[in-house]
Amino acid sequence: MTTTELDRVPELAPRDYASPLASKLERLWATKPGLIGWLASVDHKEIGLRYIVTAFVFLLVGGVEALIFRIQLAWPNQHLLTPSQYDQLFSMHGATMILWYAFPVLTGFSVYLQPLVLGTRDMAMPRLNAFTYWVYLFSGLYLYVGLALGSAPNAGWFNYVPYASRPYNPGLNIDFYALANILLGVSTTLGSLNFVVTILHQRAPGMSINRMPILSWGTLTISVGNLFAMPSVTLAFFLLWLDRQFGTHFYSPPSGQPLLWQHLFWMWGHPWVYVIVLPALSMVSEALPVLCRRPLVGYTAVALATVLTMVLGFGVWLHHMFATGLPNIALAFFSAVSLFIVIPSAVSNFAWLATIWTGRPIFNTAFLFFVGFIIVFVIGGVSGFMTGSVPADWQLTDTYFVVAHLHYVLIGWNLFAVMGASYFWFPKMFGRMLDERLGRWNFWLMFIGFNVGFFPMHITGLLGMPRRIYTYPDGMGWDTLNLIITIGSYIMAAGMLLFVVNVFYGLKRGVIAGPNPWDAATLEWSTPSPPPPYNFVVIPTLASRTPLWEERLNEGPYRSQLSEGTPLDHGKEVLGTSSLDAQPNVILRMPEDSIVPLLLALVLTLLFAGLIVKAWWLVIACLAVGLALQLAWLWPRVELRERRP
Amino acid sequence: MKRFFLGDLAGPRMTAAKVGAFLIATLNDSAAHAAAPLNYLTGHGVRSRPIATLTWALMIISVVVVVIIVALLLAGLRRGHGFSAPAPGTQMPVARPPGGASWIYVGVGISTLVLFVMTVWTVVTLAHVANPPRTDDALRIEVTGHQWWWEVRYLSPDVSREFITSNEIHIPLKRTVEVDLRGADVIHSFWVPALSGKTDVIPGQANRTWIEADKPGVYRGQCGEYCGEQHAHMGFEVIASTPEEFEKWWNSQLEAQPNASSELAEAQNTFIAKCGICHTVRGTRAGGHLGPDLTHLISRRAIGAALLPNTRGHRSAWIADPQHLKPGNYMPRLELSGPELNAVSTYLDTLN
Amino acid sequence: MSTVVAVSRRSLPVGSVGSHAIGWWGMICAVLTEGALFGYLLFSYFYFAVQPRQIAFPPELPSLWLAAPNTVILLVSSVAVWQAERGARRDSWLRQVVGLGSGFVLGVIFVGVQLLEWQSRPFGLSSNAYGSLFFTVTGFHMAHVVLGLLILLALTVWSALGYFGPRHSAPISIGAIYWHFVDAIWLAVFFSFYITPYLGLRHGP
Ligand code: HEA
Ligand code: HEA
Ligand code: HEC
Ligand code: CUA
Ligand SMILES: [Cu+2]
Repeated sequence: MTTTELDRVPELAPRDYASPLASKLERLWATKPGLIGWLASVDHKEIGLRYIVTAFVFLLVGGVEALIFRIQLAWPNQHLLTPSQYDQLFSMHGATMILWYAFPVLTGFSVYLQPLVLGTRDMAMPRLNAFTYWVYLFSGLYLYVGLALGSAPNAGWFNYVPYASRPYNPGLNIDFYALANILLGVSTTLGSLNFVVTILHQRAPGMSINRMPILSWGTLTISVGNLFAMPSVTLAFFLLWLDRQFGTHFYSPPSGQPLLWQHLFWMWGHPWVYVIVLPALSMVSEALPVLCRRPLVGYTAVALATVLTMVLGFGVWLHHMFATGLPNIALAFFSAVSLFIVIPSAVSNFAWLATIWTGRPIFNTAFLFFVGFIIVFVIGGVSGFMTGSVPADWQLTDTYFVVAHLHYVLIGWNLFAVMGASYFWFPKMFGRMLDERLGRWNFWLMFIGFNVGFFPMHITGLLGMPRRIYTYPDGMGWDTLNLIITIGSYIMAAGMLLFVVNVFYGLKRGVIAGPNPWDAATLEWSTPSPPPPYNFVVIPTLASRTPLWEERLNEGPYRSQLSEGTPLDHGKEVLGTSSLDAQPNVILRMPEDSIVPLLLALVLTLLFAGLIVKAWWLVIACLAVGLALQLAWLWPRVELRERRP
Repeated sequence: MKRFFLGDLAGPRMTAAKVGAFLIATLNDSAAHAAAPLNYLTGHGVRSRPIATLTWALMIISVVVVVIIVALLLAGLRRGHGFSAPAPGTQMPVARPPGGASWIYVGVGISTLVLFVMTVWTVVTLAHVANPPRTDDALRIEVTGHQWWWEVRYLSPDVSREFITSNEIHIPLKRTVEVDLRGADVIHSFWVPALSGKTDVIPGQANRTWIEADKPGVYRGQCGEYCGEQHAHMGFEVIASTPEEFEKWWNSQLEAQPNASSELAEAQNTFIAKCGICHTVRGTRAGGHLGPDLTHLISRRAIGAALLPNTRGHRSAWIADPQHLKPGNYMPRLELSGPELNAVSTYLDTLN
Repeated sequence: MSTVVAVSRRSLPVGSVGSHAIGWWGMICAVLTEGALFGYLLFSYFYFAVQPRQIAFPPELPSLWLAAPNTVILLVSSVAVWQAERGARRDSWLRQVVGLGSGFVLGVIFVGVQLLEWQSRPFGLSSNAYGSLFFTVTGFHMAHVVLGLLILLALTVWSALGYFGPRHSAPISIGAIYWHFVDAIWLAVFFSFYITPYLGLRHGP
């Protein structure tokens, strides 16, 4: 390192990805070769992909769990699974999908895309970013160790006490779930913190808050939401663990309060269901207009709707507790909010429709998925609207109607959007296109399979089929429908399988994409595909939301400056800008690759292993080592040291 | 082993083709009720009927919304000026045609109106059904949820007229029945779709619900909250009959069992020894409370929380191996010898 | 005609400075989420406190003999840390080190007194719901105090080594935010557990 530099006037350089400047940046930013280099990488693109791949693996695993218990449910009075196996399978399925797939996959897209769409070179805290990924991975493995030992969670994903308390559930099952969740909570919280700082502090100059891509609105909104929501569930699980290990009295009667669990859980749980869709919705709002050859209709309205959904999302948790005997006045209030939360979703919905109507759509696979998404979005939404009405919910709750609702929103709003987004951004990530013909099959199998598999659940629900039953008698009117459901879910699985095939095919044989295959408008498409480790050879300056379409849209007096900018090549550097108007205000130094995040994540996981086997010495040792590593991590860097004169 | 379920008694199996017909048939509610005993699209009491109407209204609105949106979407696609996917990287025209914003105004405006109406309807229905209409002459019962069966206690101002039964609730027609819900272990949910929605049974919390039937019949109930391995088999039945019949039933339930005649004395002793720690038969020394009260077992339609019809065969099968029929339930396999089994079965036959 | 926007050529500071530091932003977010955590902890306390069948709360009012002075100690420590922060900006090595050091010492005293307070309670973590709440909430706070103390200790050492000055005071500001937060949370905990019973929030059966 040379002498410490305290101030600098940023120099200027032309954008040229083949210049010596580019090779210098390449040397500064590239992941080191070899296994250690790979493990130590803090490149957001690398980490984003790891997130996505890991989340997809959890999707397949969770899907296979469902496929197994769907056989049990295909006919009445089946004995393929014992009740306890069934309980573990559906609990693992729900938990895997909602916690280890649905959110992390969106985190993956955000980690990959956010720095690119914001015009910066990495997340604000790259090492923290690596750390959160490892913790996520290990928390999932931790949970599956439980399954491997035959002690998987068995109280459903929302894990109601007192059934989940020690007297009724003495095994390690719930301990695995509680601790895995706390571990995952650490990852989610720190990841969200990283997004907030990145989005508020590292946007390219000129990208004022109202020029920020709608994609970033989704991520920013849910990250702030997470900061407020996550502690609730982490605390809920921690108190449960205390109850189970140390005999505290939070949840078990006579002196404990079973409903306290439900409050803490759903105060997180409802915001969470929006957390796991808003980034997906904003991916649609970002990509759909590109394929419709026009900017999104109602950018401001959609951005505000995103924020409003999150805010209202904190005020509806009681709708999961309508049947718990709460005062009528509370029921009426929360029912009303649950109905009115439809409005921001309606805003987005009509914005998409208007975008399609006034645009000139390109009918490709990504677009098909977005169209499918809108259809499923509405069906899932209106079933939520039905359960939002208290008296109706007293009947609907805990039947397959709710199972239908939750799959229509989770698969519809999350998975379909993610599939579309995968087709849309795959070329950016790997420089090759996914195959269109396979893509069509992929879409139609999934769309048809999904609707055949899940629509009948509305009807079995209305015919009174309770959820979470390991088998059911015949003569209840549910038999044929359940067989259809099982067939549908296998068709859908075949569709998923085609996606996997398409990805492998695309990686090898896909058509070369070039930097901007869709002729899209935002910054990520101004870099080569796949982007170099430093993303942008010079930092762009923005004058609109659609920098690559400015010439053609010909709106407003100013144009973005993409062909020239500051190179920031005195080390790993990025530009810090102000939160609202994105004026540059600091040059930030980014840390080098490091193995410490992985080590810390391992230590933390070991600590949690200590907690489950009650090896307190291990816990204390891990704490000590962890703190020491922390201290080393944070030790002020020498080049910034200020010696007294 | 082929198992029989109460649904069998109730009516024909449904096939896919009948589903559509069924939805229309729900207008003829007793047929619907027979085909799908737990459906709640039809109501049979003053409490469930307004809820069923509201549910139908919500459902119709939902279907209309979906149809409109899908129609708009398909129409938008069919407007026919789209592209088919061009080669990657091809520049294509972009434009910002005007007129998009009005979609949002109109769409959100109409939705808000609908939501407003439905909110009012919701609150009105809530006010209407939340509390029982007449409370002065209401019958009061106390229902306790156990893993995985229901204990039912009939309350009366005259304590000598109170008694306990299980898994079967008899109610008089057209009279409000207040149900006090008690939780013995974990959370369950009390649910009789044809008569009322769910109310959770929460240990340590005194919840109350109410039902009222206006047609005689057998209404199936079910535990609505996941409560462990046998949540699936935690059913019960509500039997609504005329006030006279109900009164007769109550009086017969009050009677204790006489001491067994001499040829059954042996069997009774076996029963008391093997089963008495968990089960009560009033009038005998069997006084356990871990399992259902068996005093008038034979008068009930089903055993095992609506698991099996109450026939001699099923009773014997149950006693021989309850863990086979309902894995995980809290009645252990008792390893009775053949003669013992026979004796106990014979004794149970007398519990009328 | 359209013009291409100009690229800013203002002179920019390099590295972590004041509220432009990544760490500063990170700490603000951390404090928000930790604040929410205590919000949920206190929600749990009040949830128990307002239950109609209150069977686990002790009948006597909580004693303020230790807790009240301890609150003052913690407040004073915050003032000391604030002085250290000003010292860094004004380039006063002494004020930095003394401020941070005395903040640290006061924090240690707080922990000591709090341990005495814990010992003086007739119930334990698992005696009843009140005990579980009391020890869990104050325990969570204690854990934050201990973490804060580690931060103060590291900052004191780094200050003494002369790492910080007006050009580079971000770590002190960041540590100070955390310490003030711990302090503010204590006020909320103190108010909930010690003051509200005097204001009439029922205790005892
Ligand atoms: C992906 C996550 C997601 C999303 C986005 C939603 C969205 C909504 N949810 Fe859902 N919900 C879940 C995930 C989600 N939900 C899960 C996982 C559960 C079950 C948890 C469990 O028990 O395991 C659940 C359960 C659940 C319940 C509890 C049911 C019960 O257990 O009894 C309720 C009750 O109110 C509810 C309501 C709603 C509402 C009103 C919306 C609204 O946001 C929907 C709004 C959208 C639209 C309505 C469509 C677009 C609008 C228009 C086209 C305008 C015109 C429309 C009208 C006029 C109606 N949800
Ligand atoms: C994002 C979330 C998500 C997703 C995608 C799914 C997907 C599916 N779910 Fe799930 N589900 C939930 C979230 C989700 N679910 C939740 C939260 C619950 C509530 C849990 C609870 O009550 O606690 C639930 C509950 C639930 C139930 C109710 C269980 C009960 O109450 O008893 C059922 C029943 O049918 C079901 C079925 C299915 C099916 C058939 C799929 C299908 O879509 C699956 C399709 C299959 C795949 C996606 C995998 C494909 C795999 C391959 C092709 C193999 C390839 C292998 C290799 C390449 C190695 N789910
Ligand atoms: C350890 C306790 C225990 C013992 C001993 C026991 N039972 Fe049970 N019994 C139960 C429980 C608990 C249930 C409820 C099971 C369920 O439905 O989940 C039950 C249910 C029954 C039922 C069904 C009742 C109904 O209304 O559904 C019958 C009949 C029965 N037992 C008979 C017997 C006989 C006969 C014996 C002795 C040979 C016996 N039980 C011994 C605990 C016991
Ligand atoms: Cu009892 Cu489910
Ligand atoms: Cu919700």
